[in-house]
Amino acid sequence: MTSNGHNRSLVVIQLSGGNDYLNTLVPYNEGLYYDYRPAVSIEPEQVLKLDDQYGFRPGMEPVKRLWDEGKVAIVNGIGYPNPNRSHFRSMDIWHTALPEDIGNEGWLGRAIRELDPKGDNVLTGVNFGRGLPRALGCRGVPVASVGNLETYGLFPDMEDESLRKFALETFAKMYGGARGGDAVMDFLGQTGTDALKGADILRTAPAVYSSGVEYAADPMGQSLKSVAQVLFADLGTRIFYTQHGSFDTHSGELKTHAQLWDEVAGGIGDFMDDLKEHGREDDVAILVFSEFGRRIKDNGSGTDHGSGGIAFVIGGSVDGGMYGEYPSMKEEDQLDGDLHFNNDFRSTYSTILEDWMGLEAAPIVNGRFESFDLIKN
Amino acid sequence: MSSRDMEMMAHLMRRAGFGATRPELEEHVARGYEATVEKLLNPGDPHNLPDDVLRRYHVDMGESRFLDTAGAYWIYRMVTTENPLEEKIALFWHGLFATGYAKLNQARSLLNQIEMFRRVGLGSFRDLLVELSKDPAMLVWLDNNDNHNGAINENYGRELLELFSMGIGNYTEQDIKEASRAFTGWTLGNAEYMVTRSMKDSIWPYGRISWHFDFREWDHDDGEKTFLGETGAWDGDDIVEIICKQSSAAEFVCRRIFQFFAADEIDGEGEEVVADMMRSYFESDYEIRSVLRTLFNSDYFRSERSMYKRVKAPVEVVVGAVRIAGSYREPTLEAPQLASQALFMGQGLLMPPTVEGWHEGDEWIDSGALVERVNFAAQELRNVELPGVQDIIYRLAHMNGGTLTPAELVNGCLDLMGPIRVSDETREALTGYVARSGDVPLRDDDSAEESANRVGEVLGLITATREYQLA
Repeated sequence: MTSNGHNRSLVVIQLSGGNDYLNTLVPYNEGLYYDYRPAVSIEPEQVLKLDDQYGFRPGMEPVKRLWDEGKVAIVNGIGYPNPNRSHFRSMDIWHTALPEDIGNEGWLGRAIRELDPKGDNVLTGVNFGRGLPRALGCRGVPVASVGNLETYGLFPDMEDESLRKFALETFAKMYGGARGGDAVMDFLGQTGTDALKGADILRTAPAVYSSGVEYAADPMGQSLKSVAQVLFADLGTRIFYTQHGSFDTHSGELKTHAQLWDEVAGGIGDFMDDLKEHGREDDVAILVFSEFGRRIKDNGSGTDHGSGGIAFVIGGSVDGGMYGEYPSMKEEDQLDGDLHFNNDFRSTYSTILEDWMGLEAAPIVNGRFESFDLIKN
Repeated sequence: MSSRDMEMMAHLMRRAGFGATRPELEEHVARGYEATVEKLLNPGDPHNLPDDVLRRYHVDMGESRFLDTAGAYWIYRMVTTENPLEEKIALFWHGLFATGYAKLNQARSLLNQIEMFRRVGLGSFRDLLVELSKDPAMLVWLDNNDNHNGAINENYGRELLELFSMGIGNYTEQDIKEASRAFTGWTLGNAEYMVTRSMKDSIWPYGRISWHFDFREWDHDDGEKTFLGETGAWDGDDIVEIICKQSSAAEFVCRRIFQFFAADEIDGEGEEVVADMMRSYFESDYEIRSVLRTLFNSDYFRSERSMYKRVKAPVEVVVGAVRIAGSYREPTLEAPQLASQALFMGQGLLMPPTVEGWHEGDEWIDSGALVERVNFAAQELRNVELPGVQDIIYRLAHMNGGTLTPAELVNGCLDLMGPIRVSDETREALTGYVARSGDVPLRDDDSAEESANRVGEVLGLITATREYQLA
C-alpha cells in the first residue's frame, strides 16, 4: 500500500521482436560502435546525452525528461546464460523465467496467484491485446485480455446497442441458471458469468475517466491510455500488460526503430503525465523489456538477432540511474558477435516482485537472484 | 430418416471431424452410420484446395518461412477437406506428440510432420512411432541430434516412453537409457549446421532449408541392450516393436484416443470400451483404424454417455463454425486470422506450450477464452451473406408455411446447427429473445430481410450457449 492508500501496481511493456540495445542507449563515445555500424548508427550530435558516454536515441525525449527527474532506472546488459536467438523461444524464456526447460507457468501468472490466491477479482491481471501472453498464463488464474476497452466483452460487432443489450441479457440467463448439475456445465456457467461481470466492470472505466492528457492515436498510446483508465477506476488491478512492435529490424532499421521509439517513449511520457495529474505517480512502476538485443555489426540496412539487451524500470518511486554494466564491444568480450549479458533478467524480476509488489520472488522466478536497489523506500 | 439418426450422425461428425452441415448430414444418414464410419476410416481424395492455387494467394505457403502461414495452411485443409478424420487424427497426434515451433524455427518441417500424421496416423502404431522417431522436427525438438554413441541424450528416449507410448510407471530409468542408446545415430542431414541455423533463427542467406532424416551408422551404438526385459543388439525399430506389444502401450494409446474422441473423462463403462479397443489394437497388428472403428461403433459412443461429454478445443470451435457457416471456402488473404483466432482462444497450432501438449477438457475454458470463442463463432453465424447460413434460412423458410413462431424458430435453428440438445433454460432464454419481436415471417417479401437477420441473431446466440462449447 502506498501513502495515498492505493495498492502498488506494475505495468509491463513488451517490445516484441528484439529491440536494438545499441541504438536505444547509444555509446556515442565508443569508436567501435561506429566501426561496427557503418550503416545503422546514430550520430553523436543527435544523441540525447545522459553523460559523456551514453545517450538515448532521438525520439526518446519524453524518457530523457523522466531520466532528468530521476525516475528512470536503466538495466544494462540484461539477459540469461546460453542466449537463444529465436524470438519465440527467447520470449518464452522471459515469460516463464526458465532458461533451461520449457515451462508451463508465466511469471506474472504466478504473481497474480500470490496476490489473489482465490481468484476473487477477475481483474487482478489485465492484458491489453488479443490472446494471453504466456507471462500471464497460469492454470486457474483468471486474467482479462482486452483488445479494445471501448468494445470489450461479448458480441462487440453487434452495432445496434439495444439488440446487443438484449443479447447480453439472454447470455446472462443462459449462463446464470441453477448450479449443481453437471460439473462442466456448472463451470461454464460460472466462467460465463465471470466474463460478463468482468466486462461490465471494465466497461465502466472509460466512462469515469477524465484527463487533460491527450494520448497519441498509435496502438502504444491507446494501450497506455486504457491502462490509465482501468487504473484510475480502482478496480483492484495490480498487473497490466501490453506490447508494441515489431522491433525485428533486419532491414530499414533507422526509420522503423525511430518511429517505434517515438511511439513507446511518447506513450510512456503521456502515461506518466496522466499519473501525475491524478496523483498516482508513486503507485506505479513500468517495466520495459524485449526478448533480446541485436547483433553488434549491422547488415547494411538493419541488424540481426543478438543477445544482451536493455530494460527499463520507470516510475515515481524508482531510484533513477544506471544498473548493470554496459557490455564491452571489444571483440574478445563479445559472445558470437553479440553483446555479452552481465545480469540475469530474473534479478530485475526479483527486484520488482520483492521490493515493489511485496512478494517472495524465488518461487515465482525459479530461484534466488540478487536484487538491484532501484526502488526508493 | 429419424431425428435420432440425425443427432447421432451430427455427434459422429463433431468427433470424427469438425461438425457437418445439414446437406452433408443427410448424405451420411442416407448411407448409414457404420458405412459412414468406414468412409471416415478409409479416406479417399480429400478434394482440398490444391496447394498451387493456395500459393497464388499465399506466396509463403511454398516455403513456409513463417509460422502463421503454416498454421493458415493447416486450417485451410481442415476447413475444405472431404476427409475430416484425416485432419482430426493429425490434430490428435499433434496434441500427443506435441512438437513446437519455438525451438525449431522451421514451419515447413512441422507441416511435414503433420503430413506424416495424415499418411500413417490411422495405420499401425508401430509405423507411426518409427516415422515419429525419424521425423526431423521431432529429432530437433527432443534433441535426438545430440544423442550420440557413448554420450547419450535421453530426452527423446524418455518422452517416447513417458509421454508418447506407455506412461510413467511402466519402465525403469535403465530402460530409458537403453532405448536412448538404440536411437543413437538417428539424426537429420547436416544436423549441426541446421541446428545452429535454427538456434539463430536465421533465414539468411538461403531461406529455410528443408530437413530430412539421416542415419549415421558410425554414431550408432550397435551393442547389446536390455530393454523391458528383452536383450539383443536393438536399434530404434526394435525398441518400437517391443513397446508396441506391451499392454501398457495399448492401454495408453487407447485411453488417449477415447478421451480425444469419446469423452474427456473415462467412467466405469468407458473402461470396458477401452478394453475392447485394446483387443482391437492387438488383433489388428496395432492398427489405429481398428481401434477407432471399435470406439465409433460401440454402444457407449452412440449414447448419451459420450454425447456432449467433451469440451471443444479451440481449433474445433473455429473450424466447426466456419464449416457450418460456409465461409473461407476459397483462398482469401484473411485466412491466417483463423489460426490467430484459435490462438486467442488458447490453442496455437504448431506451437503447443510444451511437449506435454495442451491441457484439454474444461481447462480450455477461462473467461478470456470463452469471450473469444463466443465472439468468433457468433460473428460467423450471424453473417447472413454466408452460404451455409443462407442454406439454414432457406430450410427454415420452407417449414410451417414460412412463418415461424419464436419457439419454432429456436427449435429449427437448434436442429439445423446440429442437432444440438440444450437445457430448458437455454431454450427458454433463446425463445425469449425471439419473442420480443413476435413471429418470424421468412417468406413475406416486405420483411424477409429483417427476418433473415433475426435468424442470424439466433444462430449467433446458439454459438454462445454453454452447450455449443461441448462437442
